[in-house]
Amino acid sequence: MGSVTEENGVKASPETQHPRKAFGWAARDNSGVLSPFSFSRRNNGDDDVTIKILYCGICHSDLHSIKNDWTNTIYPIVPGHEIVGAVTEVGSNVRKFKVGDKVGVGCLVNSCRSCDGCKQGFENYCPRMILTYNSVDADGTMTYGGYSDMVVVNEHFVVRIPDTMPLDKCAPLLCAGITVYSPLKYFGLNEPGKHLGVVGLGGLGHVAVKFAKAFGVKVTVISSSPRKEKEAIERLGADAFMVSSNPEQMQAAMGTMDGIINTVSAVHSLMPLLFLLKTRGKMIMVGAPDKPLELPVFSLIMGGKIVAGSCIGGMQDTQEMLDFAAKHNVTADIELIGMDYVNKAMERLAKADVRYRFVIDIANTLTAA
Amino acid sequence: MAKLPEEEHPEKAFGWAARDSNGVLSPFKFSRRSSGPKDVNIKILYCGVCHSDLHFVKNEWGMSIYPIVPGHEIVGIVTEVGSMVQKFRVGNAVGVGCMVGGCDECEDCKRGWESYCPKTILTYSNIYHDGTVTYGGYSDRIVVEEHYVVRFPDGLPKDAGAPLLCAGITVYSPMRYYGLAEPGTHLGVVGLGGLGHLAVKFAKAFGAKVTVISTSPSKEKEAIEHLGADAFLVSRNAEQMKAAARTMDGILDTVSAKHYLLPLMELLKSHGKLVLVGAPEEPLELPAFPLLVGRKLVGGSATGGMQETQEMLDFAAKHNITADIEIIPMNYINTAMERLAKADVKYRFVIDVANTLSA
Repeated sequence: MGSVTEENGVKASPETQHPRKAFGWAARDNSGVLSPFSFSRRNNGDDDVTIKILYCGICHSDLHSIKNDWTNTIYPIVPGHEIVGAVTEVGSNVRKFKVGDKVGVGCLVNSCRSCDGCKQGFENYCPRMILTYNSVDADGTMTYGGYSDMVVVNEHFVVRIPDTMPLDKCAPLLCAGITVYSPLKYFGLNEPGKHLGVVGLGGLGHVAVKFAKAFGVKVTVISSSPRKEKEAIERLGADAFMVSSNPEQMQAAMGTMDGIINTVSAVHSLMPLLFLLKTRGKMIMVGAPDKPLELPVFSLIMGGKIVAGSCIGGMQDTQEMLDFAAKHNVTADIELIGMDYVNKAMERLAKADVRYRFVIDIANTLTAA
Repeated sequence: MAKLPEEEHPEKAFGWAARDSNGVLSPFKFSRRSSGPKDVNIKILYCGVCHSDLHFVKNEWGMSIYPIVPGHEIVGIVTEVGSMVQKFRVGNAVGVGCMVGGCDECEDCKRGWESYCPKTILTYSNIYHDGTVTYGGYSDRIVVEEHYVVRFPDGLPKDAGAPLLCAGITVYSPMRYYGLAEPGTHLGVVGLGGLGHLAVKFAKAFGAKVTVISTSPSKEKEAIEHLGADAFLVSRNAEQMKAAARTMDGILDTVSAKHYLLPLMELLKSHGKLVLVGAPEEPLELPAFPLLVGRKLVGGSATGGMQETQEMLDFAAKHNITADIEIIPMNYINTAMERLAKADVKYRFVIDVANTLSA
């Protein structure tokens, strides 16, 4: 029998490399245009859960990946790592889930499970982690993500969606949610009474405001767009709002923040943000500019300040985050779209024209050709 | 009309000062305040020459007030104490570091983080509470408020211990604060100069494994055989750097010239910490991806608070940690500054003030 990636010496196609038919939308080249795509999924192994996908959020990383912005895309690429669905099959070793459960899958589908990071619940920092899409899986095949009808995932990398959560609005929490929740917790910025700055009010930023308020933290939104103020304060519940290009506002807030969650993925100036921090304050980068930023070393040294990065979160944290979100009614603000709107959605996302996450209604609008 | 330095205060003092940004130092008569109730009057025995002194005399940071009497690694003997002074008596050996005053009431001061107080008063080239300019340790005596004086332990040699007052606390404080002082920690030290060599010594005393990262292969023997480092990497040797990727819990970066952070970040394990104590004048490049995918951090640190300075000295005395120094007479100072600019010193000049500074 040939390997999964080859049959009779010929490279297996995405349609034939696994035994079960699957259908989704993929980009074939760096134009990033998505279109219908027939492929295949593995059989459900002993530790696996098969999930019929109901909703999938559109993350900005999906846009970067389909356009090969990070120069690591393998085409064809089926993006999507904010997956919510229903269990249709469980393997014989699976304990946590049964058929019919509502579950989620985020950015990871596997890791080595044995390094220090994995053992401590930091699967997202495992050097051998496998991403939900555009990654080489253990059997040598590419992983395909959630813009598709079904996915088969190791139980460890599946989380339960609490019963009270609306499934569509919960989908973005699987990436955006954990991406802000994890550093708020790890860096101690979830303590009531602390003052947190949130830079950028997009998919990550708006969820950061909601989680921070649920933690009892005072929140100031820092944005380049004055028109977002009403939204930030009245709808999202931020305590204050500053325009980053307004020197008076920025000056008045100097030395007032315990931490800043910086969601901005464009290159920008760190110095004015560092000045907002108290002594020993922490700025956590969760946006990933693709060019280096300028680090004003004096500002770090003179306040003993920290600039750190954070990337998604581990599986235990992800479940904890969902349970916390359910308890405190934290969901994403979404625009639900049909599968065939996805290319238009990507154009709008590139211009930040969405409040604040597109979610694809997979179950109702993804149909095989 | 402003008073001359000689007439500002009642007690005569003598030192060496730079008059302008040429940075050339020469004899300088000035004056010190009388000891107030909380003050300690100190006859200066030794003063270390810190790289900051060089930056200041040349006004490289744009904040110099001339004439400058530098020097913030001061060891001396108490000659007089004010009526409210509790911690010191005449004859005690004491030290003074980079600060001589602060607000004493902000959150930072209350937490023992005086070096971060926005109103911190530096030992030299700063404005004191009374509006006069502070003058540092290249001088015969200094009057300092009790809170900003530390006891100099008996077991420490006063000359080789002087650099601890700035270089020592500058590396000790971040090692403690950032959790890099635990036994078994693997710490990288970038740069083997005044700060770097003390970082190696403190780290070894903490029980850490130490790798020195340097641009100069010639320093390897010294680092390993004399300072006790466990390993040595030449930063320009791509193979060595690659082999050491993801092995370090933390890195203390003492380099004050512009340099690349990315190769250092790649040496860190996930959750690793790159701590900057050297102060390049221009911003450095910070690539965001390596920070995110390892949850790494870059932190800064500036000297340290008073309580931890005392703690550092007591630790140094217990573990026999002193600086490697070259003792010089006061009138060698300009040559010393030239050599310091070329990093031609192993590893700190210390001025023998008591024996060589004469009016």
